[in-house]
Amino acid sequence: MTGNHPKILVYGYGNPGRQDDGLGVVLAEEVARWCKDDQLVYVDTDTNYQLNVEDAAVIAGYDMVIFADASQEDVPAFRFDRLMPSAKTEFTMHAVSPGFILHLCKQLFSREPETYLLHIRGYEWEFMNEMTEKARANLHEAFVYVKAFISDFPRSNA
Amino acid sequence: MGQKITIEPVTRVEGHGKVTIHLDNEGKIEQTRLHIVEFRGFERFVQGRPYWEMPVLVQRLCGICPVSHHLAAAKAMDVIVGAGTGEGLTPTGEKMRRLMHYGQIFQSHSLHFFHLASPDLLFGIDADPLIRNIIHLALKNRDLAVQGVMMRKYGQEVIKATAGKKIHGTGAIPGGINKHLTEDERDYLLNGDDYMDIDKMITWSQDALAFFKEYHKKNKAVIDGFAEFPSSYLSLVRKDGALDLYHGVLRAVDTDGKKILHDIDYQEYHRYIDEEVRSWSYMKFPYLKEIGKKTGWYSVGPLARLNTAEFIDTPLAQKEFELFKQYNGGKPSNKPMHSHWARLIEILHAAEKMKQLLNDADLMEGELVTRGTKQFEGVGLIEAPRGTLFHHYKIGENDMITMANLIVSTTNNNQPMNEAVNQVAVKVMTGKKEITEGMMNAVEVAIRAYDPCLSCATHALGRMPLEFELFDADNNLVQSKFKH
Repeated sequence: MTGNHPKILVYGYGNPGRQDDGLGVVLAEEVARWCKDDQLVYVDTDTNYQLNVEDAAVIAGYDMVIFADASQEDVPAFRFDRLMPSAKTEFTMHAVSPGFILHLCKQLFSREPETYLLHIRGYEWEFMNEMTEKARANLHEAFVYVKAFISDFPRSNA
Repeated sequence: MGQKITIEPVTRVEGHGKVTIHLDNEGKIEQTRLHIVEFRGFERFVQGRPYWEMPVLVQRLCGICPVSHHLAAAKAMDVIVGAGTGEGLTPTGEKMRRLMHYGQIFQSHSLHFFHLASPDLLFGIDADPLIRNIIHLALKNRDLAVQGVMMRKYGQEVIKATAGKKIHGTGAIPGGINKHLTEDERDYLLNGDDYMDIDKMITWSQDALAFFKEYHKKNKAVIDGFAEFPSSYLSLVRKDGALDLYHGVLRAVDTDGKKILHDIDYQEYHRYIDEEVRSWSYMKFPYLKEIGKKTGWYSVGPLARLNTAEFIDTPLAQKEFELFKQYNGGKPSNKPMHSHWARLIEILHAAEKMKQLLNDADLMEGELVTRGTKQFEGVGLIEAPRGTLFHHYKIGENDMITMANLIVSTTNNNQPMNEAVNQVAVKVMTGKKEITEGMMNAVEVAIRAYDPCLSCATHALGRMPLEFELFDADNNLVQSKFKH
């Protein structure tokens, strides 16, 4: 806890060098700018290409965590789900899922932060920096939602 | 009636791979192949881009080993800006890059050993795949799991301090580096809180080696007898023969340890190495030209590096290297599972090197960049965690890239992985009527010893379910299984 506020982490992952794959990273960067402007010291952001086992140690220090990722699935602009610990391994263990990170955090550090997964719908995944217009629109919608969710969070949970 | 068994793709290996095993009517192995089935032309993509973008641009290739590509491209660009071939940088430039590289080796090897290999060792390769993971490792040996996680985190912190950030790091630039290490960064990495302590990293590296050696003592058949086959080995070595993961000359030895590539300047690699294309795989097959396509293939990676090097220049790793060499009678080890042993010795070496560098004042002051006469072609080589990584570029008068050729570690290991798959398949599948999970996993364990990054090798995004297919001799699909 930071004063009255729960410590919050927004963690975006993906490869911004592959078009819409960088949606989660860009969302975390936008959240970081907003928190800096509004001096929300209880919110941290982090980014990486993909999640890995050491992130269990990272999230152990927070009360609430939002993972943000690009989605290839046929979801609306975005989807926001509460995440439960999952022991299910991915096909590749060079990267792991957010649920796996949460489970590992619980096993290794006896901590289970309230965790959410934000999927933002993406469309193109080639070797380019530029996101598609449709993905940018989805990003904006997701950002507005996350901003409201974080702003409301202390009142309902602190 | 013969059968074709397809395991697709290989679990816990990045990207999309497929193993097909052909059995004859009597159940004997007729042929095995490791297929790579997706390709995106990264070399073409970088053509027409300015050369100075390369160290950052190539990180788009792969989220697993972006630092290795960052450094290999930077080394090639050093040549292009006239800063020499690894020896022309300022002391600060070279040492900061080395620290970044040892951080990368440390975190990548830790991930592989603790989270990919050790569950196989602890639970056995026949165990249910649902328990062969870090979660169950934590239930069985929590301390070991915590150490693995924190060692990986330490390496990531080193990368962040030297490359500037975790995504699309900008630390290495043509001719040097763009930042010093700050006093705070140095102190944090030397003796920080929350396990970020270099002495602890050295101790834990020794503990991991002790764990492996104890396991080896009790399970010699698994470690020594699994998929052994003769191979040649290739890696960079320092000019005096020492293990050097960042820079040196290119050496290859045969299965008996005889030199077959004599410490060449890697700017000339294309005079000695070529790549063969085979119709059934998008991943090429590199070979030594002088020996030829059929038998000129070689292995790269931790085991290859210990097989080509004559000594290690850090005391604790040298002691372990001597034990390793003694165990193998002073000859190269042809045992793929000894890769795990070699990887752990390299983890210890990287930790010792990081300690040396963190105590070196050159990291905190001094010139960052050097320049010379511009060149129009440059080759950058580095020993990435998985093995030798080649980046070769040409530029035009307008500074744009006109040619790029990348030979990634996993491509160098293409034929050895095929050999390993064949060895295991012959041993565990011959004459069997049913294909069990344990048998399939034995094939995968053989491949995993090379820690392949197929995403990198094929330049694909690579997120696929695991598919298992069984075909009869007429190519009819008789069984299909998926793992997600």
